[in-house]
Order: sequence, then structure tokens, then C-alpha cells
Amino acid sequence: MEKVKLTSLVRSSGCNAKLPPGDLHAALDDLRQKKSEYLIEGFESSDDALVYDLADGRVLIETVDFFPPMVDDPEVFGEIAAANALSDIYAMGGEPKIAMSLMCFPSCLDIKIMRRIMEGAIRKTEEAGVVIAGGHTLSDREPKFGLAVTGFADKDSVWTNKGAKAGDSIVLTKKLGVGLLMTAHKAGETEAVEAIAQMRKLNKEAKENASGLEIHAATDVTGFSLIGHSYEAAYASGVSAVISFERLRYLEGAEEAARYGFVPEGRYTNEDYLQDKVSIPSDFSTAERDMLFSPETSGGLLLFMPPEDAAVYIKRFSDAFIIGHVVEKQDYPVIVTR
Amino acid sequence: MRLDTSGYSCPEPVIMTKKALKENPAGLDVIVDNRASKENVTRYAKALGYNVAIEEGNGCWTLKISK
Repeated sequence: MEKVKLTSLVRSSGCNAKLPPGDLHAALDDLRQKKSEYLIEGFESSDDALVYDLADGRVLIETVDFFPPMVDDPEVFGEIAAANALSDIYAMGGEPKIAMSLMCFPSCLDIKIMRRIMEGAIRKTEEAGVVIAGGHTLSDREPKFGLAVTGFADKDSVWTNKGAKAGDSIVLTKKLGVGLLMTAHKAGETEAVEAIAQMRKLNKEAKENASGLEIHAATDVTGFSLIGHSYEAAYASGVSAVISFERLRYLEGAEEAARYGFVPEGRYTNEDYLQDKVSIPSDFSTAERDMLFSPETSGGLLLFMPPEDAAVYIKRFSDAFIIGHVVEKQDYPVIVTR
Repeated sequence: MRLDTSGYSCPEPVIMTKKALKENPAGLDVIVDNRASKENVTRYAKALGYNVAIEEGNGCWTLKISK
């Protein structure tokens, strides 16, 4: 098979390829559409997926996510794209069941590469208990791949991003720094082994370990950065999230990548959008700010839960760690402390 | 020495600057045409101990990198 570096074909990659949040809100915020009485979470809530009431005690959860490759191996790219798309269902407390693929593929590339992307995606969806039941393919200059995923949950156990309460602990289930390390990886500066392994990991275990525990709000950390996704949950919940920088866990080499300028473009547009929504101590270095605002790809779940439940959760699931707590609404929806 | 990174997006301008600085260790001027490149090339040069002076004009920036 033709040896092609997938990442050399694309301008931006992973969740860093998202449009800037400020542009999205400006374009779409007052778009009018008819309401559906069965739609519990829809367009206006900035949540991870739509939630549709099936009126039998269950809800249907649906999401779509696709992006250009951040790794050169087609199968690994397929796995990461699948894990990332499935994550939105887990972030709503749901169980993903069926999916459809979205594939954009350059006509000049060996078609076997497309097959290998699908093989990676199938391996990951099978691990999640999900069947890919169809899809759509376009000829495009840059390759892109992802899934539209459908999942289900009991209506009374669905998680949204708007129930965080003062006193909650904030828990994160994967380390940060993927966007920085993958930018350095694209420049040939690092193998980014740990970042790639983490992106491939499903958030299934993170969701399942919360079984029986109280979750007040949940989301996952992707292109809008830790600060962006914390802001969305805090704002939607009418509270403020206090994040302790020293409690954050970063993949090895993330800070160095930032210091040497391997910083994804999305970091700058994220800060533009978020700067009046977050308070950060003035002594934070440029690299530390880079680490807070850089996009993540296939990041962890961000869970808002009572402290006693958080203590049980991090004991059950050793990947998870507490990064802060929730307070009553302050001047800023997100407050970063040392 | 002048390096024009216009039309390239990150991390390409940083890679180009890295290569050019190896050949011109005393410093050089780097032209960048977007904010991410401006910030990232500046971070790279400063991390190596260079000084960076930034001049703006015609929709792009010239980063004057010197020892």
C-alpha cells in the first residue's frame, strides 16, 4: 500500500479544527427553529448531544463529530475519531448503540487507506458495543472522518451540563496537553506516544464507574479547552467553577511544547472567546495560559459531583482526579487559582 | 537573512524558523501572516534565548530575532 503521511494532507487536525467558538455563537445564536416537545436538550443548550424523550422512561441521545487526522496511521486515526465521537454519548450518561460514519476522502489517495480508517473505527466501536450501520462518503481535498452516534439512557439518569451545584467537586478523567503535544508531533518533535494512547481510550469506563453515584453535571473536554468546557457547564448551571492549576495533570512534555511554541491555533481563538469569562492570576506564565486554553482531542469526562461521591469515584477509577470545586455564582464563571 | 512564512499555518512556521536559525545562529527576520504564527515563532525564539522585536505592517508582522 502507498505510504502516505495523513497529517501532511491537512491544515489543522483533531478537535483543533473546530471553528472558533465566538464565530459560531455570532453566526448561530439567534437562528430560529420550531420547538419539539420531546426534545429535552437541543440546539440552544451548548450540550454535548441532543436528548429526545422516547416517552417510555428512556431517552435517545444523538451526536455527530468528525475531523481531519492528527496521526499518520489510518487505523489509529479511525480509532481516535470513533473514541472521540462516542465520548459525547458517555458525557450525557448514555450508552452508545449504533453509529453511521462520515468520511471525506481525497480521490488521489489509495482507497485501502479508507478501509484501514474504517477498520480502526470498527475495532473501537466494537469495544464500545456499538455497530456502524452505514454512512456517507465525499470526495474532498483533505481527509476527514468521524461518526454520528445514537445512544440511549433512562430519562431520570441522563447527565446534562447544567446541574452543577455549589459545593460540588470537579473531576477530570484524562490528562491534559493533547493539543500541545500533537502540534509538537506534527512538527516531528515528539512521538507523543502517551497522548495518542490516551486519545484512543474510550470514556466508557469513566462513565460506567459513576454508576450509583450522584452526577450533577457532566461534559467532555475537547476543542474548546478545559477552560471553555468548564465555562459552558458553569454558565449553564448558574454557578462558578474554581479550578486549581496545581491539581491539573498534564501529559509529559506538554509544558515544554508550549514553551517552544508548538501551540495549536485554537488556543488563541479559545482565549479570545473566554478571556472575559475566566479569571486567571496575573503571575501565570504564557506557557501556563497555553496549557489552560489549548484544545484537547478525545479528552476526558468533566464531572461535577458531591465531594463524597467524587472521593468514591476517584478510588474506583484511578485515571480520574479532582481539579477543583463549584461555588455560588461569582463575577467570573471560571476562576483559576494556583 | 529574511524568512517569509506567509501562507503557512502552525506548526510549519516554527519548523521553518528552527531550520533557518540553525543556519543563521546570530538571528534573522521572520515574516508571519497570522497571529498564531506570530505568537508561536516568538515563543520558540525566546525559548532558545533570543530577543524578539515585532514590527507590524501590511497585514503581517516581521519578527526581528537577535541574540
